[in-house]
Amino acid sequence: MIELLTSILILTGALFTFIGALGLVRLKDFYCRLHGPTKATTLGVGSLLLASSLWFSTRGTGLSLHELLVTLFLFITAPVSAHLLAKAALHLRLKSLAPAPESETSGT
Amino acid sequence: MLSIAIPIAFALVGTAFTLTLWRLLIGPSVPDRILALDTLAVNAIALLVLFGIAQDSAVYFEAAILIALMGFVGTVALCKYLLRGDIIE
Repeated sequence: MIELLTSILILTGALFTFIGALGLVRLKDFYCRLHGPTKATTLGVGSLLLASSLWFSTRGTGLSLHELLVTLFLFITAPVSAHLLAKAALHLRLKSLAPAPESETSGT
Repeated sequence: MLSIAIPIAFALVGTAFTLTLWRLLIGPSVPDRILALDTLAVNAIALLVLFGIAQDSAVYFEAAILIALMGFVGTVALCKYLLRGDIIE
């Protein structure tokens, strides 16, 4: 039972890691590409670490909480680095596929 | 069950590594390359955790924590350099 649950979590994590990398390669502009790897960080590595925590907690050596440290650190730092990357891209005026917003004076 | 799941997961994460390396090589702009390096660090953590489960040993978590830390510090330093032209002002 535990083994089945661990296997499902491992496969989910690996699949999302793969999808994140696929998005990094296939999406069109930088702002879209920023979206892909965040899935790999949260869902992918998150469920892999959950699987590892589950597996080592049921081995008979007590609770295994090392994984929580990595998960917590990743979940705190992922938004910060994504924000800094977006800021750097805006600073360098990278081309975006999104249409430019209407200027404020032409509206209303 | 686990003996089937782990090789499949290794193959998927390895392919993810290759794709990210491809983006690191072709990435048209500098932030693309920084993003690829950040993703490489995350993939390395995934690979280490998988290896820990496969080998049934808990010594790999320290390495995973260190890679998470260094990946974050590296990303922040590179972004700061792009934004301000300097890392520590």
